[in-house]
Amino acid sequence: MNFDFSDEQKQLRDEARRFLSENCTPKEVRAVLEGKAKYDAKIWKGLADLGLLGIAIPEEFGGAGAGRLELCVVAEELGRALAPVPYSSTVYLASELLMLAGSDAQKKHWLPKIAAGEAIGTLALVEAVGDATPKSIQATVSGGKLTGRKTLVPEGEIADFAIVVAREKAGDDARGVGLYIVDMKGAGVSAKSVETVDPSRNHAEVAFSGAPADPLGQVGEGWSCVDKVLDRAAVLVAFEQIGGADRALEMGRDYALDRMAFGRPIGSFQAVKHMLADMYVAATLARSNAYYGAWALSTDAGELAEAAANARVSATQAYQLCAKNNTQVHGGMGFTWEFDCHLYYRRSNLLALSLGSLTMWENRLIDEMRKRNAAA
Amino acid sequence: MNFDDTPTEAAFRAEARAWIAANAPREHEADLRASPFGRVALRNTDIIAASKTWQKKKADAGWACLHWPKEYGGRGASPIERVIWGQEEGVFGKLSGLFIIGHGMCGPTVMAFASEEHKHKRLPPLASGEEIWCQLFSEPAGGSDLAGLRTRAEKSGGEWVINGQKIWTSGAHHSDWGLLIARTDPEVAKHKGLTMFFLDMKSPGVEIRPIKQANGQAEFNEVYFTDVRIPDHQRLGKVGDGWNVSLTTLMNERLSIGASMPTGFPELFDLCERLDADGRPAIENRHVRAKLANWATKSNGLKFTGYRAMSALSRGERPGPENSIGKLVAGSTMQDIAQFALELEGPMGALRRTPGIDETGLFVAMLLRSPATRIEGGTDEILRNIIAERVLGLPADIRLDKDVPFDKIPTKGR
Repeated sequence: MNFDFSDEQKQLRDEARRFLSENCTPKEVRAVLEGKAKYDAKIWKGLADLGLLGIAIPEEFGGAGAGRLELCVVAEELGRALAPVPYSSTVYLASELLMLAGSDAQKKHWLPKIAAGEAIGTLALVEAVGDATPKSIQATVSGGKLTGRKTLVPEGEIADFAIVVAREKAGDDARGVGLYIVDMKGAGVSAKSVETVDPSRNHAEVAFSGAPADPLGQVGEGWSCVDKVLDRAAVLVAFEQIGGADRALEMGRDYALDRMAFGRPIGSFQAVKHMLADMYVAATLARSNAYYGAWALSTDAGELAEAAANARVSATQAYQLCAKNNTQVHGGMGFTWEFDCHLYYRRSNLLALSLGSLTMWENRLIDEMRKRNAAA
Repeated sequence: MNFDDTPTEAAFRAEARAWIAANAPREHEADLRASPFGRVALRNTDIIAASKTWQKKKADAGWACLHWPKEYGGRGASPIERVIWGQEEGVFGKLSGLFIIGHGMCGPTVMAFASEEHKHKRLPPLASGEEIWCQLFSEPAGGSDLAGLRTRAEKSGGEWVINGQKIWTSGAHHSDWGLLIARTDPEVAKHKGLTMFFLDMKSPGVEIRPIKQANGQAEFNEVYFTDVRIPDHQRLGKVGDGWNVSLTTLMNERLSIGASMPTGFPELFDLCERLDADGRPAIENRHVRAKLANWATKSNGLKFTGYRAMSALSRGERPGPENSIGKLVAGSTMQDIAQFALELEGPMGALRRTPGIDETGLFVAMLLRSPATRIEGGTDEILRNIIAERVLGLPADIRLDKDVPFDKIPTKGR
């Protein structure tokens, strides 16, 4: 049994960590958080130069042609460093959807641009409060023109293109739902920045009024494509989450060793030690669950949907616990703008919502387990 | 990343599988499978006799105590081969419960500290199950604070005279030998005055009384020592070095990985499919799903953490304190799951066996046994300390009894 990453994959992780520790410090994260930029273009270019934007893109489309496991180790480092770049939208969502459903021409057009850092992509899905369902999709395409409103589009202001979930036939089921590539800098698109729990990542409300829409895959298959890509993205985001959880745990541990109260390091109090031990336990279980997700993703196993939901639920809970307890260990200082605790607290809560709520993923997990048991 | 055996591992697995297929006691298989939790019961056969027979058969064919050297009755196998054996032995592994303490803890301590003569005499019959060992560590005044133990060992000529009481000794009543830690010097600091011995459990002055547990069962014993004599050549390690010797014993406990502890999750999942809640299976209830999903990630997380540990073993790494996580998570998860299962049944959940729902009384048994899981072999709190101190590097607790002579340490709370 080798339920671990290979030496080469670990080297890639080290390489990504080295680059990010030099180029993506809390200073860069704060620049975006405080509105000085919408993302860090220098880090983005660096990731492109290192070949990290096109790791999983086949070589014929300008990528490195490596597997999803390589993507997992990079994701962990991006999460750890809170990288303020549109990586998840572009790589886990847009790029994966193009590879899943794109025509040869669409892949040829977009994938090399993504790999080179010349195109930022995103998925425009959400229209209403609550988790997205086929019924919630009301944006419509008629005669190749898209009209509608997406209320929360990650990287909505900076994306060069979006894959928009819309319907061609009025109704409330998945049959009329398709995917459409829309030029976000073109006519009929207006993006307005919205403030979120974590402003270190750009989000926008986007209105489409007759924007030219290029169909991606077949109408009627759009929703199942979104479903599949959400599973893939859930594994990758789980790696961002465990990267962040580990860093939050380390910050808490380091502070508990340094901070003195009542004549002793606060890390010598059992109340604090046990809180940190519980964070370690949650982070460890989440890591193991994420590894299983990585295995399922990399082999495109039949268990992917279950493994992804399992990784997602576990990682969401672990990151939220580690981030909030890190602040708690820091006491009052943890609530200052100056300390970095809130950066992790914000990101943990953004990621907990970004691919759908915890409840949605819990439901997916139970549904998949029931299917497997029924089949057994 | 894969779940495949290396070629060597695959060859070992095939050999083990073939031998088990040809030799396992199939007549007990159904009973073993039907013993879901805690106590193993066989119809028409004494469990002790059945366990000893299977163990002897394994030993004769070289499948006992795989990780021990051949000269002491083992196979000289690698740690990962031991894990593979456990997977292949499957349900028949339930017949090894009687030997876990002896093989996992007493044997390795004897191997590390006894004379060559004792090792050749004692270890092979321990490996083959012909002799059973117990571990005499915990005391009424020394559980988590093991070094606070009070059983005295006083030198008298070439012998030691033992007086005192041990508690929570599993299997003492069918043990032939015991590993005993006792206080040889009460006037030095508590960790420094301890010495390790092994003794014949049939020695005059040894009295064993079963403990009736909070759940009504009796898996453990109290062992009383009245002027019990142990020859000095049965001392393990130097006089006063018993604490360090005990660390060897406890470190070996951690090597027993790979077999993840039960949480009751698969049984709860099944219950939620079968149980009706407002005309639909309980599993379709939103509240039930959230709970199940949470426990699924714990149960899966433990399983995959075990896989990671096995991968490390396969690479030749030694397991460390991070393996404390298994029991810490499994114990409280099992307790929560048991409570929730009864809660789903409504008032009838209070029944020891719920007709048509839980005929074997599994969940009540889990509920009543789980408090012990959170205490035995290191309480949840001690395990959190181990993780905090030895994994995360946080400071050790401040000890008020450090460097205080043992007989000057306060013993009354108020």
